[in-house]
Amino acid sequence: MPLLPVLLSLPVVLLAVGVFAVAAARQPGCSRLVYGLTLAIAMTALGLALAQLLAAPAPATLTLPLGLPWLGAHFRLDALSAFFLIVVNLGGVVASLFALGHYGQHEPEPERVLPFYPAFLASMNLVLLADDAFTFLFAWEFMSLSSWALVMAHHRESATARAGYLYLVMACFGTLALLLAFGLLAGPSGGYDFATIRAGALTPELAALALVLVLLGTGSKAGLVPLHVWLPLAHPAAPSHVSALMSGVMTKVAVYGFIRITFDLLGEPVWWWGGLVLALGGISAVLGVLYALMQQDLKRLLAYSTVENIGIIFIGLGLALAFQGNQMEAGAALALTAALLHAFNHSLFKSLLFLGAGAVLTATGERNMERLGGLIRGMPWTALAFLIGAAAIAALPPLNGFVSEWLTFQAILVSPELPQWLLKFLVPAVGALLALSAALAAACFVKAFGITFLGRPRSPAAAQARETDCYALTALFALAALCLLAGILPGLVVDGLAPVVGLLNGDARLIAQHDQPWLTLVPLVEVKSTYNGLLVLLFMALSGTVAVFLIHRLASNAVRRGPAWDCGFADANPAFQYTASSFSQPIRRVFGSVVFQAREQIFMPPPGDSRPARLEVKWRDPVWERVYAPLAAAVTAVSGRCNSLQYLTIRRYLRLVFGVLVLLLLGIVLWR
Amino acid sequence: MHDGLAFDIAHLLAGGMVLVSFLMLYQDRLSALLNVFALHSLVLALAVGWQAYIQEAHHLYLTAGIALVFKAIIIPTALHRIVRRLGIHRSLEVVGGVGRDMLAGTALVALAILVMLPVTAAADALTREDLAFALAVVLLGLLLMINRHNAVSLVVGFMSLENGLMLAAAGARGMPLVVEISIAFSVLIALIVIGVFLFRIRERFDSVDMQAMDTFREKRRR
Repeated sequence: MPLLPVLLSLPVVLLAVGVFAVAAARQPGCSRLVYGLTLAIAMTALGLALAQLLAAPAPATLTLPLGLPWLGAHFRLDALSAFFLIVVNLGGVVASLFALGHYGQHEPEPERVLPFYPAFLASMNLVLLADDAFTFLFAWEFMSLSSWALVMAHHRESATARAGYLYLVMACFGTLALLLAFGLLAGPSGGYDFATIRAGALTPELAALALVLVLLGTGSKAGLVPLHVWLPLAHPAAPSHVSALMSGVMTKVAVYGFIRITFDLLGEPVWWWGGLVLALGGISAVLGVLYALMQQDLKRLLAYSTVENIGIIFIGLGLALAFQGNQMEAGAALALTAALLHAFNHSLFKSLLFLGAGAVLTATGERNMERLGGLIRGMPWTALAFLIGAAAIAALPPLNGFVSEWLTFQAILVSPELPQWLLKFLVPAVGALLALSAALAAACFVKAFGITFLGRPRSPAAAQARETDCYALTALFALAALCLLAGILPGLVVDGLAPVVGLLNGDARLIAQHDQPWLTLVPLVEVKSTYNGLLVLLFMALSGTVAVFLIHRLASNAVRRGPAWDCGFADANPAFQYTASSFSQPIRRVFGSVVFQAREQIFMPPPGDSRPARLEVKWRDPVWERVYAPLAAAVTAVSGRCNSLQYLTIRRYLRLVFGVLVLLLLGIVLWR
Repeated sequence: MHDGLAFDIAHLLAGGMVLVSFLMLYQDRLSALLNVFALHSLVLALAVGWQAYIQEAHHLYLTAGIALVFKAIIIPTALHRIVRRLGIHRSLEVVGGVGRDMLAGTALVALAILVMLPVTAAADALTREDLAFALAVVLLGLLLMINRHNAVSLVVGFMSLENGLMLAAAGARGMPLVVEISIAFSVLIALIVIGVFLFRIRERFDSVDMQAMDTFREKRRR
């Protein structure tokens, strides 16, 4: 059975569900119906995409008489789109499952969420299947707008309105860059279908320009520094299951766009492209996690951590470009595998963490970590799933985050074989940044988990939190189980990725992993470093069991009661605990004083004054102040100047038109 | 009929339109301006008719007829009546330096030729000349519009610009008649609307001088 028509009909069904939801959003039970349908559809798409990836037949194409009349709508299903279809629809399945329970029922304004949610999923599926520039851009823009509508679901909060505005501006900018990039790719003959673009070749200058435009367009959607500013505002503003989709999945669609255009359409890469992408990825990774460490809002922390992980993915992609530019296929295959695997892994654990944050938000109504704490007592299962996600994103073995970051490091270790001196120096530097960001990410998620779930409740709402419902728990634990599985059986996932890597890398891929002894992950034959998640898990389980056994066996059973050490404070007020900002203070002092110009001010009231002492922390966003604020000021100034054009007299308008016309004609004459 | 003569006559008529456009530039009396505009439209009708004859495109005769009836007769007559009813048929309009306008117009014609001749290198000589002259007429119409204060002169400038478009349309082979008819009717409707507005403006401000209106606007803004 051809899979492509079926996969194409699923977004159509999703759109129909969305239209239905417009009419019926207020009816009781509608949300359950909508989420149930999206769950079933996403599940079907997931199964079909998995079948396509595993069977790995030749790419299927289909042209429908839609879109531009002389172009038609081209669709294509190959290994790359099948892999990302799995990522998207897996996210769709768990997000729908999560929303099927309590969370989806208690949306205050369901008519602002229900119609757009299926449309958002449908548009992401369409982006992945598109095979011409028009269909791609149409689906891309549809994705931006439907997710914008979801961001604006709680539009009465002032922060949401600002986030939505910024998101809309950045999305338009990104689409504009992509539009120009496709214009360059299509060339003067206007061959907008991907097959024609693939066959054509650009001059090196035009290809470089197209690469920069693609980086701007897809980087702004993925959240690459310095294009990330909208992301930490918009992702948390949406309802939590949509946040999970946006952070876990939509950023991957942007990564797909980058891979599709750069590796598939743009032709032979030049080595310095890799250097550019690498540098951006390294900066994104470190800055993203430093931002995340400064946050007190749980969902915003997760959003900034997305910036970090996108940085890691782009490091892998940059390495792959650098290797491909030097005809080092083995290294490119390794780096591409690492990037794709990290994209998959990040979609798993970021969805898990956002859904966990959603469960916390439903139970307590709080996103601010300074008012949470001690939730592990009220919500033990959510806490366990969140802990697994946090350990995975902090790259702890035997979970999946470790595997992909380890593979990225393996690719970095191949880099001394690169001939260019710039890359020889740049890649280890980026490797250091990656190591730094991995360590900081661990600190960041110790903070996220510890402050939220451990200690004592900092607010009555946190004290009264109750466990979330079984649908949400199923979604959380399904993701946690996948994190663990992908961590202990990485060889199988890497084998699944092999056709994708082969497609993008001239058929060079990693060696088959499933026939390695003990399911060991062997990235390169000649380099003798291997990883075996299963053995790590077995070792941890064994040593843990032995330790517990020994402690219980050898330790005394006598119970001794003594006063708890109270750090010198007799009054055990929850406010005396470590807070989110105090936890990150050392890191803020070391890195933040340089990067963010963080300053602490202590206000001590004079003796006799009954006011409390205050510690104020001020930090500035370097990207916003250096890039966006001047840009916004320039736009305001220019538009202020141009504003007077709206108040001209009729004769001045005529003169303006005349003058411009004559100037343009003169331009034609002189230019020819 | 051999081609040389056909070309010469088409050339003469199109060139005649440019010449009449120059005449319009320095007419400082409104009634004189309207008469020259009628002449402009008459030359247009002849040029289009000639094109119809040499291209053997019979629908162009209809276009020529439309130009003759509407633009050379009905619109100038109507504008004459408007001007007379407004009582400004004897008033003089300050046009500025005639020499300056002539020089600017000459420069525009040179520009039009410089733009059009290289662009249309593939087309036949007749079309090329026609398009160059048509662009010159359009530019001169715009020049007329920006030089005048009076609303009626503005309307005349606009319609002489329209005549240039018609000339271009007739010169290019195979332009469907529908478009020309719609152009003609849009101009007619524009005339009616402008006529109504002139009286409304006049009731409001006691003048159809654009500068007077500008001062009103300036006052409101400040």
